Amino acid sequence: MAEAAIILGGGLIGLTQALALAAQGVATHVVERFDPEAMATRGFDGRTSAISSSSMAMLEAIGLGPHLTGTGCAIETIKVLDHLRPGGLDFQSERPGDALGTMYENHLLRRTLFDSAKASDRITLHLGQDVVARRFDGGTAQVELADGSVLAAPLLIAAEGRGSETREQLGITPARWQYDHSAMVSAVYHEKPHDNVAYEIFYSTGPFALLPMLDSDDGRHRSAIVWSVPRDQAPGYMKLSDRGFAAELDKASGGALGTISMAAPRSSYPLGFHHSARVTDQRIVLIGDAGHGIHPIAGQGLNLGFRDVAALTEVLVDGMRLGMDPGDAQLLARYERWRGLDTLMVAMATDGLNRLFGIPGKPASAVRRFGMGLVARAKPLQGFFMDEARGTSGAMPKLLQGIPV
Amino acid sequence: MSKASIATINPAEAAHFGKMAADWWDPKGSSAMLHKLNPVRLRYIRRHIDRHFACDKCEWTPLEGRTALDVGCGAGLLAEPLARLGAAVTAIDAAPENIAAAQAHAAQSGLAIDYRAEPVETLEAGPFDLVTCMEVIEHVDSPDHFAAALAGKLADGGLLILSTPNRTPASRALLVEGAERLGQIPRGTHDWDKFLTPEECEALLTDAGLTVIDSEGIAFGPGQGLHLSDNKMLNYILAAVKT
Ligand SMILES: Cc1cc2nc3c(=O)[nH]c(=O)nc-3n(C[C@H](O)[C@H](O)[C@H](O)COP(=O)(O)OP(=O)(O)OC[C@H]3O[C@@H](n4cnc5c(N)ncnc54)[C@H](O)[C@@H]3O)c2cc1C
Repeated sequence: MAEAAIILGGGLIGLTQALALAAQGVATHVVERFDPEAMATRGFDGRTSAISSSSMAMLEAIGLGPHLTGTGCAIETIKVLDHLRPGGLDFQSERPGDALGTMYENHLLRRTLFDSAKASDRITLHLGQDVVARRFDGGTAQVELADGSVLAAPLLIAAEGRGSETREQLGITPARWQYDHSAMVSAVYHEKPHDNVAYEIFYSTGPFALLPMLDSDDGRHRSAIVWSVPRDQAPGYMKLSDRGFAAELDKASGGALGTISMAAPRSSYPLGFHHSARVTDQRIVLIGDAGHGIHPIAGQGLNLGFRDVAALTEVLVDGMRLGMDPGDAQLLARYERWRGLDTLMVAMATDGLNRLFGIPGKPASAVRRFGMGLVARAKPLQGFFMDEARGTSGAMPKLLQGIPV
Repeated sequence: MSKASIATINPAEAAHFGKMAADWWDPKGSSAMLHKLNPVRLRYIRRHIDRHFACDKCEWTPLEGRTALDVGCGAGLLAEPLARLGAAVTAIDAAPENIAAAQAHAAQSGLAIDYRAEPVETLEAGPFDLVTCMEVIEHVDSPDHFAAALAGKLADGGLLILSTPNRTPASRALLVEGAERLGQIPRGTHDWDKFLTPEECEALLTDAGLTVIDSEGIAFGPGQGLHLSDNKMLNYILAAVKT
């Protein structure tokens, strides 16, 4: 079968999209400007991502299960705290083993995805290649690469991340704002075991998250950290020595895990939010961070992208089984309707959460605690938050239920 | 059937559709409704292909090795999917402009489809394993001759899929007075008096020697858009076989 789509971007989402289609027998081109060998290292991407159980069900359904088993750390409880005060929220999985999410190191995910993509005869990789032109006239989407070659397929899937050039070329201006925050990301060793608990601690300066990781090879307890602080304060923190930074983390974590020391280099990212209601155009669809970027407070960015992949795969495979052109406007409209509400709700909820917790002062804190108490008592709401964390709310694409399309 | 037999296409109507040809493939153009209808029809067609020819629903080309005829093909909205599903497709339309638009588009899509500007009554090809005829029978001058011509193009054991609007106050209000006035369907597309009820349509096909094995409504809901339904007030689609 000829390639049904050109996927721009071989990041976590672009590669997953290619593999999800390949698992259904659909061939694609993938264009990535960097060298994925280099991307699949801790030095390129030292982050750890919480993968929801529905995202995991999809990765398993497309055949990645065996490569990932044993490499992630299950989150069994999420403790949400306000300034370390009592009266926080606990989210717990109903049965042990039924994780709320699993922490995977990004470089391992990238390695798994890249190796599987290389091994697939339905994926043609174009690596270290930049795009010099995109054309959407007539019956195909065409992409011209730096080496002069031209790819053509009925559909272009832009998985180019936040700064998507395709999105810009289309003149899609997303609703966007920059938070006055930067996220500092790293991994730490700590004295006490984490017991598979994730901590989300809200400070008026920004949220601090401790996310459980598997013990290191030499048996030391580890967690990932995502700490957002006001943007002008980030450079100060980044300049601290490892020991100085670890001391700050001791304070921020309230000693929950005992003494902390650094297990990885630190990196910092300016935080922004963008959301486009329109994620399609003639023979084009935007997925992953190209279509939406959210605050990492709830660790949902990647999961939202995986949900894009599941929905788009189902829409395309469904349509192609009816003999439809994968770039057919009706299919893209169905995808846009399906994903629109979900991405906006998650984006707004996350943004609202961040704003709610970002307001300093006693009254605000009282409101927050009242809010948390309310959520803790209101079963249905709690269910919603849990489902959001797991990624099981809304009309679920089949892949997210672990069912092949 | 020979070329001498009377063509049942009404010339005024054929000219009207011809004007629309260039606009056919624009999903936001005057055929927007047809583009929206297409996946709904295709879902029904695929279901019956799988049932009738015992195909797996996951097969990409269930019509591989089979022939198909699309009658009243317009610019190929249905003929192209049938070709992608593996059929050797012949597609006919009375308006040469439609056929010209269809040929140009198929070339762009890289599909080999045998397009002919000809009425079914004079077509010298077939018989076919699958015959499709979407929203045509309500436009012809003598539906009984037309039904006989369709049946004549169907191979023994072949499958016919036909859709057409029902003759109800609802379809009159919505299709003729509503959608045409609002510009969702070009004015002059429909002549309500020529619409057939499902019973009338089935009788025509039975007289032509076919057996209707299934029928479903195509309804519109604000939440779901156009969809297959038990409600046949507006429009219906049916499957018939030649045994
Ligand atoms: C601090 C931080 C922490 C986070 N933590 C979590 C978490 O715990 N859980 C979670 O779910 N999410 C998290 N996220 C979000 C998550 O990282 C992103 O949502 C996810 O990586 C998006 O993947 P993507 O493939 O869409 O985009 P990207 O990862 O940005 O990939 C895009 C790729 O496209 C390539 N590219 C771009 N343009 C072109 C072009 N024109 N030609 C060729 N190649 C091109 C780029 O080189 C890149 O490799 C976090 C984000 C941040 C900033």
